[in-house]
Amino acid sequence: MAELLELQSQVEELKKEYFYRKRQAEENRQREHQAATRIQRWFRARRAQAYPSQLHEKAIIIQKIWRGFRARARFRQMVKAAYFIMKMNFYEEMAVRIQRRWRGFYARKNVHNFYARKSYLEGLSRKNELVRMELDELEELQKRERDCLEMVREQTAKVYQTQRLHHLISTKQCPGVFNSPFRPAPHEMELQLRQVKYLAPTRLFQRGGASPLGMVGPTAPSFPETLQSPWIETTGIYCSSRPILPPIAMKKQQVPFRQPGEVWEQRVHCPDLMLHLQTCYTHLEEAQNRLQQRESRNRKYAPPQQKLLSSVRLKELQVVDYILTPRGVSPRVPPSRIPAAAADWTRLRTIAISGE
Amino acid sequence: MTQRQIVQVFEQYQKSRLQFVQAVADLSARPQNIELLNNAGVVSMLRPLLLDVVPSIQQSAALALGRLADHSDDLATAVVEADILPQLVHSLVSQNRFSKKSAAFVLRAVAKHSPELSQAVVDSGGVDALVLCLEEFDPGVKEAAAWALGYIARHNALLSQTVVDAGAVPLLVSCLLEPVMAIKRIAASTLSDICKHTPELAETVAENGAIAHLALMILNPDAKLKRQVLSALSQISKHSVSLAEMVIEAEVFPAAMACLKDPDDYVKKNVTTLMREVVKHTPELSQVIVNCGAMGAVVDSLSNCSGNLQLPGIMMLGYVAAHSESLAMAVILSKGLSQLALCLSEEHEPHIKAATAWSIGQIGHHTPEHAKAVATANLLTKLLELYMDANSSEDLQAKSKKALKSILQKCTYLPGLEPLLYDVPSNILKHVVYQFSKVLPHDAKARRLFVTSGGLKKLQEIDAEPGSPLQENINAINSCFPEEIVRYYSPGYSEVLLERLEKYQPA
Repeated sequence: MAELLELQSQVEELKKEYFYRKRQAEENRQREHQAATRIQRWFRARRAQAYPSQLHEKAIIIQKIWRGFRARARFRQMVKAAYFIMKMNFYEEMAVRIQRRWRGFYARKNVHNFYARKSYLEGLSRKNELVRMELDELEELQKRERDCLEMVREQTAKVYQTQRLHHLISTKQCPGVFNSPFRPAPHEMELQLRQVKYLAPTRLFQRGGASPLGMVGPTAPSFPETLQSPWIETTGIYCSSRPILPPIAMKKQQVPFRQPGEVWEQRVHCPDLMLHLQTCYTHLEEAQNRLQQRESRNRKYAPPQQKLLSSVRLKELQVVDYILTPRGVSPRVPPSRIPAAAADWTRLRTIAISGE
Repeated sequence: MTQRQIVQVFEQYQKSRLQFVQAVADLSARPQNIELLNNAGVVSMLRPLLLDVVPSIQQSAALALGRLADHSDDLATAVVEADILPQLVHSLVSQNRFSKKSAAFVLRAVAKHSPELSQAVVDSGGVDALVLCLEEFDPGVKEAAAWALGYIARHNALLSQTVVDAGAVPLLVSCLLEPVMAIKRIAASTLSDICKHTPELAETVAENGAIAHLALMILNPDAKLKRQVLSALSQISKHSVSLAEMVIEAEVFPAAMACLKDPDDYVKKNVTTLMREVVKHTPELSQVIVNCGAMGAVVDSLSNCSGNLQLPGIMMLGYVAAHSESLAMAVILSKGLSQLALCLSEEHEPHIKAATAWSIGQIGHHTPEHAKAVATANLLTKLLELYMDANSSEDLQAKSKKALKSILQKCTYLPGLEPLLYDVPSNILKHVVYQFSKVLPHDAKARRLFVTSGGLKKLQEIDAEPGSPLQENINAINSCFPEEIVRYYSPGYSEVLLERLEKYQPA
């Protein structure tokens, strides 16, 4: 019973408990519900978000790798470029160095070559000297030519003058004007007069009317850089061309006599020695003797194989020998020379044979 | 009986006409009679006589007219106004050779005076008739026609062009081949007159092969022909490089140098002119001339002549030297500078002095070496004198100043520069001081010399505006020397010293 009571009390307690709990539960229900909702919301959200976020993550991974790849590639390229630039700079520097050297060398060798310039300038001054000398020579030559011309002109004028004065020459009987008997020596004109011949007076050339000559006068204008007008020689050239006729030939005399000069020449003429006068009377016999002598000598000194030759060949060789030996010498050849001459002769003959 | 009387009357009339014309012709040969003859109305009286039936009267009338026209401009105008030219042109075409010659003489005398009168001759158809006369067989007619054409062509390019258009050039070139010396001369002179105006005219002449014929005549012994030939060649070559090259290619050059020793002055002058005209175009052409050894010969010929004859030679030296430094060196080596110095001191004409100063400037402005050569020839002071001389002309002053400036900018030869520190206007002085300021910092010996020769003292006396380039250069020079030395040489240093002496209290 006690148990029952205990139980009953417990029931009461339980009831109380029950209500309390119920109340509690009722009180918390809202909150719990909310909490549950929240949890569910979170969970559901998580579940819903999981896929995109996973996608996102994957995208990030892909992007990360891609960007890394790209950046590394770029970096590599940058490094390459930098290296290339560095290399180029180096090469360029070296090229500049080479070019500098080469250009310096080239310019010194070809453009501003000190030695070439020096030698050029030296050559130039030498050339200048040479030209100066040549020009001096030329001037000298020209001067001499002009002097010579001048002298000739003077001489001709003088001769002409003398010819015009020829009538004043002194004769054997009567001394001329220039040969005064009161002076120790005649005047030099007299000497000149004796040298020249008398010139027959010719009719003076009549100059044509005023027209061609007229322009020459003081009216002739001068050129800006000429001292005199260039007209001066014109009249001299075509007006003074006086025709000079050939002298009339003397006719030969028609007489049976020869000219005295011809006769005289014939008298003193010494005839030249002709060919038949130059050779001596015994020439023919001497020549025959000489030929015989040579023939006998050749036979004596001829080597034995000569006999093998035909007589025609022998005759030819003799002719050769005759030609080769000087005429006047052969008979007087000293005996000591003869073998030598024979040796020569054999050598010649062998050559003739081999050349056959 | 009556017939004889009639004939006698006519004969008498003819005789007196002839007498009259010949008397007038003789009278007009003297310049002092011209005035009186003109007052007597001689032109109008001679005009009918030009149309006379007797040829000798015609010729004498033409001769008298020609002489009258030759003497004065007014009479030439009177001849033109009296309408005589058409008759003359007619007689040029149709009459015999004597008439042609006299008519050509009148045309020449008229054309000589002025371009307007020449134009009148051209308008009357004179040029064509004269060109026809050039084809004549007679050398006298050819000569007179060529001469008249030369006078017409001389005045200006237009008239020359007229002459060329009338076809005169080939005929003139063939005249060069004539055996008669006078025709050669006149033809060469006419060609020269035609060429001198424009490059086109010169080219026309060159195309007709004149250069080769002219080049052949350079060594002709006749001096007057040489003058004209050389003048024609120089007129041809002055226009352009190609023409000058054509002249060179005709192998004028070593031969023409022989003319430098000619006894005739004008031949010398013309050959130098020819060289100048060729040389002025390009360095290559000058090189050709220099390599012939022409410089020495030109310098020699400069020493032999004086006055205006020197001018082309002086200018030629300048032109050659202007092209390049090696050519300038060649001029110096050929003793050109000393010759120019001589010219500068001996000549009195300002234009020759100006040309000399210009040439010296061209020689000296290349490198310090050239400038040194100029300075050692003592030319800097001479140029300075010319520049400072109040009597020298403006052109001379300008030229000598320019030369001085361009040489000073290259000159590093200090002994030569020192005299220029004294009594020099500031516009020259600044260049001198600048040269000193460039050289002195690097040359100890020169610094020493600069002090001992009193240059530093002079430098301290210059009062330049502070901040001006001159002052800066002075400061640059002063900084090359120890301070005491600079102070020692500054003006008023003795007073400073005395002042210090007074203030000094012995301990």
